[in-house]
Amino acid sequence: MDWFRKTREGLTAKAKKETPDGLWVKCESCGEIIFRRELEKQFLVCPKCRFHFAMPGSQYISLLIDEESWEEIDTNIQAKDPLSFRDTQKYSDRILKAIKKTGQKEAITTGTGELDSNPVVLGVMNFRFFGGSVGSVVGEKLARAIDRAIAERRAVIIISSSGGMRMQEGMVSLMQMAKGSVKFSQLAAAKLPYISVLTNPTTGGTTASFSMQGDVILAEPRALIGFAGPRVIKQTIGQDLPEGFQRSEFLLEHGFLDEIVERKDMKAKLAQVLAFFSGNESS
Amino acid sequence: MPQSVSESLQKAGSADARSSLRNGYVLEFEKPIAEVEQKVSEMKQIARSGGLDSFSDDIRRMERKATKLKEEIYRKLTRWQKVQMARHPQRPYTLDYIPRICSGWTELHGDRCFADDKAIVGGLASIDDVPLMIIGHQKGRGTKDNLYRNFGMPNPEGYRKALRLMMLAAKFNRPVVTFIDTPGAYPGLGAEERGQAEAIAHNLFEMARLPVPIVTIVIGEGGSGGALAISVADRIFMLEHAIYSVISPEGCASILYRDAAEAERAAEALKLTAPDLVNLKIVDGIIEEPLGGAHRDVDAMAALIKEKILSTLKELQQLSPEELVRARQEKYANIGFWLE
Repeated sequence: MDWFRKTREGLTAKAKKETPDGLWVKCESCGEIIFRRELEKQFLVCPKCRFHFAMPGSQYISLLIDEESWEEIDTNIQAKDPLSFRDTQKYSDRILKAIKKTGQKEAITTGTGELDSNPVVLGVMNFRFFGGSVGSVVGEKLARAIDRAIAERRAVIIISSSGGMRMQEGMVSLMQMAKGSVKFSQLAAAKLPYISVLTNPTTGGTTASFSMQGDVILAEPRALIGFAGPRVIKQTIGQDLPEGFQRSEFLLEHGFLDEIVERKDMKAKLAQVLAFFSGNESS
Repeated sequence: MPQSVSESLQKAGSADARSSLRNGYVLEFEKPIAEVEQKVSEMKQIARSGGLDSFSDDIRRMERKATKLKEEIYRKLTRWQKVQMARHPQRPYTLDYIPRICSGWTELHGDRCFADDKAIVGGLASIDDVPLMIIGHQKGRGTKDNLYRNFGMPNPEGYRKALRLMMLAAKFNRPVVTFIDTPGAYPGLGAEERGQAEAIAHNLFEMARLPVPIVTIVIGEGGSGGALAISVADRIFMLEHAIYSVISPEGCASILYRDAAEAERAAEALKLTAPDLVNLKIVDGIIEEPLGGAHRDVDAMAALIKEKILSTLKELQQLSPEELVRARQEKYANIGFWLE
């Protein structure tokens, strides 16, 4: 009977899915309709335009780490609410929701394993968990991962995807940039390699700290990488941003990346880089 | 008693000259003070022309009232009021303190790659014969000066200049003192092109292991990564009304409440004041400001800052470079709160 009132039902946003399921998937970039199994075979890369879909952490780990060598570490650290922060919801409630939604405890998964027989510590960030934002837990997991790498003489690889620092932890989160820098300088002092891999998107304090501190810095194609977000810059300068601005290719061109590597080649490339450094392992 | 009248006039006269309220910028919460001060000044004018004895008592009473009011207001500022104090257009900036604190100031320019960033100044100086490197954000006063200083928002070359000076200090074993006062690193096209993120990341990495003492004073606004990039330090002190935040209250409000006007609420939630950050063990101490803020008595403020720098350096210089770096690294490694 409500002719004039729109029913709400059709308008509610459906929860976004990490990997699109269903038989067919539409490419976010070129709109191509892709057969789902084909997409998976291609490591979630569009066969037509090479757009790299977001890859769940667990899949990235199996992409890189030799079978049965993976051992996740620090699985039980969980965020606390140092500021008793509350916006429209309590931070502590938001954390619980994020855990429920992603099945993960935080925005990074860390562990040890072998990459083409090279001993590594790998950290994979998860953008779905709080926008991959860095708070105390990500900072502490990074710190411990590096301690582990130093103790066991492993190389460190971090796959970044993050919107920056987690503002719900205020200055405690900003200090994680310094904390990470301290730990990576210790790794450097131990003469162990750190390879940073940037994926879509990596912005804010994450880019402005550990993501840009790699001995070698790689990125997936067309990933958004920057300090300020595109919207903020657009606001500042009051005009549209040039095509391709802040994308991997742009950063490579301006001298801030070593190489752009497609996902399907990532393991081989990392193995190559690691092999170069591995002679130096007993110091 | 004509003598006492002239005496009180003299005193009041010098207070007049110092007071910025009457001829300057009045924040909303300062209005009651401005009113009382206005009244005092009017009474003085009457006293000056009429010379009425009884007025001197009245004037003194009003002045006492003004002082009491100031104490009440300034010692109990809300977080949002402190944000306004930290951004006060008359607040002293790095280059206001440097000549008052040190001698032999030689500014060093340029990052040797691209340009000289006017939003960060740095150079050689000594404080009571202690030679050191001073680096600080620099805001501008007035529109023209602010454009020249880019409102205190550095580009990558500012951070690269700062790093160059820090490495120079380390080479000659000189301590580094940094002054923090920026809304943040500049979010512009060129800044991104020239690697704002890389510049900040590089500074953090090198400051984490710089083998000389680093002392940071937050004198105004500590704007996120743009502030952190020159403040990974052995000791961090904040002026009483300074702020230091992971994001501006306006930025936080527009993300969380989808309304920049909610900045006041965001400022409360972010816990960005000096006492907040001492509680969180991120900042080592607070330097009290003259009543009504640093801008009301820049000389007195500078003297307090100088004293703090000297005593802190004295303490830090007892450590060997290795001990110093180890202690700094341990300090940062311990920051964080989690459940396990």
